[in-house]
Amino acid sequence: MTDSTDKKPRRDFLKQTVSSAAVATVSVMGADKANAQSVSSSPNQALSQEPFAGYVWLKPSEQGFVEALVEHMCPADSLSPGGLELGLNTYFDRALGGNWGNGHRLYLKGPFPKGSPNQGYQLGLTPAELFRAGTQGLMSYCKKTFGKLFETLSSDQKENILVGMQSGKLEFDNGIPSQVYFEQLLQMFYEGMFADPIYGGNRAKAGWKMIGYPGVTANHRQNIIKFKNKPYPITPTSIADIN
Amino acid sequence: MKTLKEVDVVLVGAGWTGGILGKELSESGLQVVCLERGGERSTADDFTVPRMRDELALAHRHSLMVDTNDQTETIRNNEQQRALPYRRLGSYLPGTGVGGASTHWNGHTWRWNNTEFKIKTMYEEKYGKKYIPQDMTIQDWGVTYEELEKYYDKFEKTAGISGKAGNLNGNKDPRGNIHEASRKNEYPLPPLEKSLAGELFEAAATAKGYNSFPRPTANASKAYTNPDGAKFGECQYCGHCERFGCEANAKGGAHMSVIPAALKQKTFELRTNTWVTKVITDSTGTKATGVNYTHVLTGEEYFQPAQMVILCAFSFNNVHLMLTSGIGKPYNPQTGEGLIGKNYCYQTGSAATLFFEDKLFHPYMATGGIGMGSDHFHANWDFDRAPFGFVGGSTLGAGLYGGRPIAWRPTPAGTPQWGSAWKKGVSKWYERTMTIASSGSVMPNRGNFLDLDPTWTNKFGQPLLRMTFDYKDNERKLSAQIASVINDLAQEMRPTSFTKATARNSWSSVPYQSTHNTGGTIMGTNPSNSVTNKYGQVWGVDNLFIMGASLFPHNSAYNPTGPVGAIAYFAADAIKNTYLKKPGKLVDA
Repeated sequence: MTDSTDKKPRRDFLKQTVSSAAVATVSVMGADKANAQSVSSSPNQALSQEPFAGYVWLKPSEQGFVEALVEHMCPADSLSPGGLELGLNTYFDRALGGNWGNGHRLYLKGPFPKGSPNQGYQLGLTPAELFRAGTQGLMSYCKKTFGKLFETLSSDQKENILVGMQSGKLEFDNGIPSQVYFEQLLQMFYEGMFADPIYGGNRAKAGWKMIGYPGVTANHRQNIIKFKNKPYPITPTSIADIN
Repeated sequence: MKTLKEVDVVLVGAGWTGGILGKELSESGLQVVCLERGGERSTADDFTVPRMRDELALAHRHSLMVDTNDQTETIRNNEQQRALPYRRLGSYLPGTGVGGASTHWNGHTWRWNNTEFKIKTMYEEKYGKKYIPQDMTIQDWGVTYEELEKYYDKFEKTAGISGKAGNLNGNKDPRGNIHEASRKNEYPLPPLEKSLAGELFEAAATAKGYNSFPRPTANASKAYTNPDGAKFGECQYCGHCERFGCEANAKGGAHMSVIPAALKQKTFELRTNTWVTKVITDSTGTKATGVNYTHVLTGEEYFQPAQMVILCAFSFNNVHLMLTSGIGKPYNPQTGEGLIGKNYCYQTGSAATLFFEDKLFHPYMATGGIGMGSDHFHANWDFDRAPFGFVGGSTLGAGLYGGRPIAWRPTPAGTPQWGSAWKKGVSKWYERTMTIASSGSVMPNRGNFLDLDPTWTNKFGQPLLRMTFDYKDNERKLSAQIASVINDLAQEMRPTSFTKATARNSWSSVPYQSTHNTGGTIMGTNPSNSVTNKYGQVWGVDNLFIMGASLFPHNSAYNPTGPVGAIAYFAADAIKNTYLKKPGKLVDA
């Protein structure tokens, strides 16, 4: 049973430039407008003139999930634009499709006996494989439990799922441990928020602006004295700015 | 396997000790080859801005560190568990490449003193023999602070340490660390600026009667030229120190000091991308004849003969090489026999997070070692351990090393970890948070050791090093004591709120703690209790030396690089002045 109403608005949104932010952030919620987050059309919304570039790795079903996930984890409010505006979906796509996602610097020789928490990550899966299988597990859970896609659930329902995964209480029928899967999602969320914009997220340095991190600026030799316990005016610079 | 032309000395690894010995020995005319498993590292090509401000790549993808697919360890807390691979870097972050971890460390450099070197004698004298638990295998090192004093001085000058002396020729100065052992000279560079966090710590510590001082660190407080002519830039407080290379050459590292100094010598050769797989000994096992290595770029294997072999790799790798080479007897925890792999130690620690509504810390204005520290509960021998029942101690300090936001996004307990409430919390507290942290010593234990794993292998098909390690009651008591001190200090500072420090009861391989892994080829007074003498010379194999923290019979709360550098210079002098004139054992035992 497919819910066709959620697909169309999302595709339309993605074709637009992100400068039309007010339209975008409402339509991404799809059919379930009653549960749409109240959105303030924040003053700094024209984050980038570049249109959304597209996906290289996430499948359509995963795209819907990730878009909903990043909007839920970073809703648009007075502090920052929403997760899509910030490009968190792009961050996920490029990271999972890139060399880190494919297991760069991860020792993947078997066997893979389960260990204690102190022994750390012991699955024989790359981050991309873990994401793909975990997302399938989650989708299956949503279908079984709600008869709906994650992206069409209410905000509270989404939140309960995230909390359930974080605690490990939520079980996936394909055997992927939800806690390990979620830990990766959460870490990627922070990376998308605060990594250099060159990686796809933190668009226009809006994540950095939100907290007051200056980015690539090299020199605080005098600032540490001059601005000790005083407000320091931040104009964040990124890798692209220096180039 | 191709056999190459014999050289006088082959060094395994081009980090601090490889660089120090490379320069010292080739300077006196010896033909020295230094084999580094990783690639070249130069400030001009590897450590430029903006690449060196990329938190994701450097701090979280660990781009300057070892790839676990090349080499990693298997880990377990005790022998009842099956050791499993350390698949992803976490708790500790070994370096690789020319300069090793010295290209991306924070720079903390301390002079370990006789409270470490004579630890067993001192504890027995003050607290009684029964005070030391049966399974705690501490021992005196066989070297003294007095022997190393001038070599500490030399290393500090080489690495460009910024600091303030607290005990200059017996004269105590509370602007420095009054608990340090007496030193002849000031630090080569004055201390760094005080951060707000450091100042607050200093005020609270002083109110409690704990001497505090600017932490000594290899971040140059001014432009500096070291005795070998290496030029250091002034530290710019860029807030991207540990895990990052320094574009200003303000952070002392082997790649910009001792390695270039060695390369100036006619008889020194550095070969990169050469992975040493085995130390070869003759049929008697009493003489090293050279090393086997694989050229990583071509896959070809070579035997490099040498008159002397010196292991200068990271502590783990030295132990691993001894085991895979079959030199010495592997430690057996059941019988207590064998010494290779014995007395593996790590560190512990605890921290409180303090939130101040009315203060701005600017965490991104930072250096690797900025901040104030206190040795009141560590090198201070007057600190009475008896009420707590532990051996060892903790250093304390405060000073933010950077505000890189993927990792540094502090919020008070109970704040959600995502969503609008999270955003509200992190944007409010990012600038308004500091920590008080301790570093704690770890004593050796019969049950903590290194050996070879029976299942998993490295890139070359060799068994991985297996680490069996956990904190014992000693470290739990120590951790509880310092957590209480930290929380009292936090109270004293009157923050808006703080997340309490708690005792650390078990070692997890997951969150980063420190890369101060020690032991496995310990030094000592005779062949029955140690692998090497005080010069790192292997008992029974006179032409084989081992450098670095695998020599340490126990681990201090202090960072290890001070004695790592000093012992390397100490050994270099002994080799130049004594060994070369009359090759043989340097210590009679």
